[in-house]
Amino acid sequence: MSAVLPAHGHADDHGHGHDDHHHGPPPGLMRWVKTTNHKDIGTLYLWFSFVMFLSGGVLALTIRAELFQPGLQIVNPEFFNQLTTMHGVMMVFGAIMPAFVGFANWMIPMQIGAPDMAFARMNNWSFWLLIPAAGLLVISFFVPGGATAAGWTLYAPLSTQMGMGMDLAIFALHIMGASSIMGSINIVTTILNMRAPGMTLMKMPMFCWTWLITAYLLIAVMPVLAGAITMVLTDRHFGTSFFNAAGGGDPVMYQHIFWFFGHPEVYIMILPAFGIISHVVPAFARKPLFGYSSMVYATSSIAILSFIVWAHHMFTTGIPAAGQLFFMYATMLIAIPTGVKVFNWIATMWKGSMTFETPMLFATGFIFVFTMGGFTGLILAVTPIDIQLQDTYYVVAHFHYVLVAGSLFAMFSGVYFWLPKWTGHMYDEGLGKLHFWTSVIFFNITFFPMHFLGLAGMPRRIPDYATQFSDFNAIASVGAFGFGLSQLIFLAAVLKCIKGGAKAGDNPWEGAQGLEWTLSSPAPYHSFETPPVVK
Amino acid sequence: MNAHALHSNRETLKKLLVIAVLMFGFGYALVPFYKKICEVTGINNLLKADVAPVNSQVDLTRKVVIEFDASQGPNLPWTFKPIANSLAVHPGELTQIDYEVVNTLNVPVTGQAIPSYAPRNAAQYFKKLECFCFKQQTLAAGETKRFPVVFVIDPDLPKDVGTITLSYTFFTVAGRDKAS
Ligand SMILES: [Cu+2]
Repeated sequence: MSAVLPAHGHADDHGHGHDDHHHGPPPGLMRWVKTTNHKDIGTLYLWFSFVMFLSGGVLALTIRAELFQPGLQIVNPEFFNQLTTMHGVMMVFGAIMPAFVGFANWMIPMQIGAPDMAFARMNNWSFWLLIPAAGLLVISFFVPGGATAAGWTLYAPLSTQMGMGMDLAIFALHIMGASSIMGSINIVTTILNMRAPGMTLMKMPMFCWTWLITAYLLIAVMPVLAGAITMVLTDRHFGTSFFNAAGGGDPVMYQHIFWFFGHPEVYIMILPAFGIISHVVPAFARKPLFGYSSMVYATSSIAILSFIVWAHHMFTTGIPAAGQLFFMYATMLIAIPTGVKVFNWIATMWKGSMTFETPMLFATGFIFVFTMGGFTGLILAVTPIDIQLQDTYYVVAHFHYVLVAGSLFAMFSGVYFWLPKWTGHMYDEGLGKLHFWTSVIFFNITFFPMHFLGLAGMPRRIPDYATQFSDFNAIASVGAFGFGLSQLIFLAAVLKCIKGGAKAGDNPWEGAQGLEWTLSSPAPYHSFETPPVVK
Repeated sequence: MNAHALHSNRETLKKLLVIAVLMFGFGYALVPFYKKICEVTGINNLLKADVAPVNSQVDLTRKVVIEFDASQGPNLPWTFKPIANSLAVHPGELTQIDYEVVNTLNVPVTGQAIPSYAPRNAAQYFKKLECFCFKQQTLAAGETKRFPVVFVIDPDLPKDVGTITLSYTFFTVAGRDKAS
């Protein structure tokens, strides 16, 4: 895509002599509380999710410390259940989802040539709602009975029985869900209504496309989750019997409703990652993205298929064989559009003049390791294998391959890719590369052995295990601590880049395309107040 | 942003909000939808009498041990037990077992019993023709009642199943808080 600008974005912003509230942010803390600027809000989202990522990581490391050896050493089983549950809730709803919204806030207006998000005030609200939600989750550890321990899926009948921590988790999810829906409405409206003249949908950058589809998914399924947990809440306190067998309800129905949300949710967590990778790979292969329109169609078909596969999470609940077959084949079908994407990235690299700066390292790492996670997903889709492997560490290995090496690595790739644009400085390439290699190696040390543990039958979410699983668990725990510490390198690299470093040009990457690179670095506080024209 | 852009943004916002609200309703609509599916396909007919097996020939060549188990959900102040812990029956043979229930509280309490089976695969061969679990049961203050269960084991039961456990759990009806 090519863009013609009258001048660099900063030329619009500086050099005029009128009110200074048009120029830069007001100083002080209130800037962040009251801000309606998409870049400020993007920054807030990214820092919030990083804090949640570290907190959820501490919970994970406590789990791994307990599992370092068989027997109970550090935590009691009740607290262990709270750890696994809250690790999942915080990582899914607190870290990954808000981080992608942060990316969307920063990048979508700049990529489509819009001055800001469509509803700037609502944007501020969607961020600040996350703070009380996170607060409720933290408080829930200290109420009688502790935090919810029903697993991040909050399955009934466990979730209809637990103590107050469960109510707090439900309220937190309600608030986070409202925040997601507001954020998504903002994103859809911005993309549909505020693109620069000449930017048709089929000229739009891939990151915007993946987010447009993700936002639609969020608007469609977050309310269903809200409904499911509201039913749990009324079952708990108001005598309804949605999931209570005694009153004519059915706990299995919770799973059907939850996974109607839950499976699209896994694509909500990966589609924006696909978008980021579709920017990084062409930039460092110095070739345009191969098969742009097939990427758009593949993303859409993944989104549509995600609504008809939910029961693959329920193969052992006694659904009839015909149902098992349908959900098995429908699930396997998703491998086709996903495969299209992977092949397109590889075809983009083909005969490109590639260099491997940190964003590209993370992008290639993503493609390699995510694809492994995709394959184990395909294996788990096979009903008889799934019945054998469900609730074992094989499943834990599978979804960490797609969520950590998938979503998280793509986000690291995106952060290093756009940091020069955000801060105006180049990050420290040495630190970045160190972060990549430690992350990818420790990631595999942590999660690869879990495949073997699962195949050998070690159940997930249990604080103790048979001694034959000891060696692989010890290896996984060492890897987990290595992985956790590696993330401090990331923190150091980002902080160093914010403080200073080599000055970044408008486009620090030789092959990067798109409107955001026509702006100065750091991106001016207000950009594209006069829309650029896209040819 | 000019007035026209503001207007079209508001229009989009309204449409998307409507989708969100409809999807919240859709979540609730799934409840009757699944109930209907279970009813039509007969997947989950815990509260209905089974149809007696087509093959009514009593299989005198073997006996199956039926174990009876009874327990109550949280907050239900009843004692609840079968009059025998197990019976050996021929498949195809009509059998009755009585359960005795005592309400130890001095107020009337309503409960609902939910059956389950082990091994799970045996459930489809266990035909209950009469059972107190088909409807809610109310016991007056301090009342003792005997409930019969009439059942027949389908002679098509796989040969490798020698023991079936029938387990009932009695739950309080209308909220867990009422009984406590
Ligand atoms: Cu799924």
